[in-house]
Amino acid sequence: MNEGQLDNQTMTAPGPATAREILARAEALQRTMDVAFRDKIVESIYTDAEAITSRVVRQQGSRYAHLDQRIDRIVTSKVWGLPLMFVLLAGVFWVTIVGANYPSALLASFLFWVEDHGAALFAGAGLPWWVTGFLWHGVYRGLAWVVSVMLPPMAIFFPIFTILEDLGYLPRVAFNIDHLFKKAGAHGKQALTMSMGLGCNAAGVIACRIIDSPRERLIAILTNNFMPCNGRWPTLIMLATLFVAAAFPPSLAAIAAAGSLVLIVVIGGLMTLLVSALLSRTVLKGEASSFTLELPPYRRPNVLRVLYTSIIDRTLFVLWRAVVMAAPSGGAIWLLSNLQVSGQSLTDWTSGWLNPAGHAVGLDGVILLAYIIAIPANEIVVPTILMAYTSAGRMVEIDNLAQLQHLLVGQHGWTLMTAISLMLFSLLHNPCSTTIWTVYQETKSTRWAVVSGLLPLAIAFLLLFILNQGIRVFGLI
Amino acid sequence: MAPKPPSGHHCESCALHAHLVQMGIQVDDWDYVVGLAGNPNVGKSTVFNALTGLKQHTGNWPGKTVVRAEGGFEFNGKRYKIIDLPGTYSLLSASVDEEIARDFILFGKPDCTVVVVDATVLERNLNLVLQVLEITDRVVVCLNLMDEARRKGIDVDHRALARDLGVPVVPTAARLGEGLGLLMRTVAEIIEGQTQTTPHRITGNPDLNRAVAELVPLLEAAYPGLPNARWVAMRLLDGDYRIRQALESGELLRLAGAGQSPERKAEEPALSLEVT
Repeated sequence: MNEGQLDNQTMTAPGPATAREILARAEALQRTMDVAFRDKIVESIYTDAEAITSRVVRQQGSRYAHLDQRIDRIVTSKVWGLPLMFVLLAGVFWVTIVGANYPSALLASFLFWVEDHGAALFAGAGLPWWVTGFLWHGVYRGLAWVVSVMLPPMAIFFPIFTILEDLGYLPRVAFNIDHLFKKAGAHGKQALTMSMGLGCNAAGVIACRIIDSPRERLIAILTNNFMPCNGRWPTLIMLATLFVAAAFPPSLAAIAAAGSLVLIVVIGGLMTLLVSALLSRTVLKGEASSFTLELPPYRRPNVLRVLYTSIIDRTLFVLWRAVVMAAPSGGAIWLLSNLQVSGQSLTDWTSGWLNPAGHAVGLDGVILLAYIIAIPANEIVVPTILMAYTSAGRMVEIDNLAQLQHLLVGQHGWTLMTAISLMLFSLLHNPCSTTIWTVYQETKSTRWAVVSGLLPLAIAFLLLFILNQGIRVFGLI
Repeated sequence: MAPKPPSGHHCESCALHAHLVQMGIQVDDWDYVVGLAGNPNVGKSTVFNALTGLKQHTGNWPGKTVVRAEGGFEFNGKRYKIIDLPGTYSLLSASVDEEIARDFILFGKPDCTVVVVDATVLERNLNLVLQVLEITDRVVVCLNLMDEARRKGIDVDHRALARDLGVPVVPTAARLGEGLGLLMRTVAEIIEGQTQTTPHRITGNPDLNRAVAELVPLLEAAYPGLPNARWVAMRLLDGDYRIRQALESGELLRLAGAGQSPERKAEEPALSLEVT
């Protein structure tokens, strides 16, 4: 350090300087400098770091670095980067759908076999019908559906996603789509917070802390919901498998289903960009700030850790949440369906009341009711819908997925358009209550928390209304 | 596997398992507090998980850890609370994650700060190390990803690095569990005062040093015992709002007075961060 040159004139009185005097002195000193002090510090730190590095690091020739670079040249290429990303995504979905098919059917037939025998056992023991109904056809059936529909796809999808994450592919995705965010007036790191949102939107919202500018951070927070989270994947995968796949010849079924899921992610991405652009040109005006993005070296994933993270942290966590939430709502739905008010069950009353709104956007009252019940956790939308459909007098036996399709199409008038509308609604609608609460925590603003809930909901209704009415008017389907 | 870096300690993994008891999140009562700082994506969470037995989210991309994670472990009969800080390249700017890391190292006053660095891109990582060294002298540098460096043919002389930085440097490969026993021994020696450090000071340039040299005596007179007057001076000259506030509110007085014992209260500023 240089010799201190203490300027005694700064001391207005003998004894230690007060905080205010020190601050005044600092400001006076700041003004004497030709370059900003920040630049001086940064320059000085860099000089030291470089000097130390040159003394302690010896680099030998490396073929691995070259391999990394060669892969990056393709993965992040302007021509191949994006198409490769979509192909990869489609591949992941395809493997998930094809791989989950058989185990799902097996699990379903086993679990519903248990339901039949359990119910028979209860009936045989002379328990009243409503105990059997509530426990086996209400609570248990809800759980059985959650497990058989959600577990196999998740057990395939999450490990593959974790492997991509561990390899180091995610920052490359961010790199590839950075220029799109710049055009939208948003931050390029938003691609990373979106990736986090693919797991859980609440986590994605917290991840927005990596964005420095408050304006761009808020944009990233408000749009994170357009990335479907863990809780919504099972719904999307199920619909793609049951409806989209069924609309195509068997040879193309799995590919069409995977393609529809890619399309959903693409629509989610486009909505993110569109809403970001709208926000950055209206209430959150400003220029996109630049940043440095590190492309880490590709690393070999640690197999045990990948399995742990994806099976325990993701699959079982999501499943557990679904089970915990589905059990009480299964019971609630059973009660709603079996409590009669002037000859109609409560489910019929509420869903009947919601029906006009549902039909206007290609859904029905039961689906909207399910979404209201599922505000705490999106995982239970499908189970809730099924429980509402299958409970009460219209009990049907479902022991495989084909019969599930029969229930929805044959008995409740679902069409391909219902499935498409539901997929879009699932993608666009309001985030779960945990995510909205997290938005409040992160922004400390009730207003933005409310916006984060209502904005996507309004967009979902508007878009589905236009889509469905348009199709009706033009008689496309 | 490539040969281990010469460290003078054999069977590091044995040592780790002989003395280390992972305690997960049970950290109601602790003897020492250790902070884990470092650039994004250098393996902080991996080190954290290895020591605590917890399963913090890890993955090969920068920006995963944005919330401070806490865990505990017991080493040689002492209970440690360890805090996994968000990865940052610097402590100078004002993003929320950088502020959380900075506030913890400065106001949380951990008994030791472990700065995890990526051995394959040392130069970039040193920027943060040099800044941490200006704040606290109780630092151990964890030279991580040694396995990757070996594979890439990058040779880092960790002894020379320790000499230049003036603090201990421990080569590790956290994913393989290499070097973590030695890391913990080194941390314990710093905390118990068996290892004295002489942290590197930013060399600066005449202009910068003149301004800093004017402020430091004022700060030292007003806050006797302030462990990092030089750094506070630099932050004031940079117009750092948070440090100005700490000066005006008298928070700095507490820093100067309280010595290095960890206080529960001292950590709170990091949690009650307001987002503006």
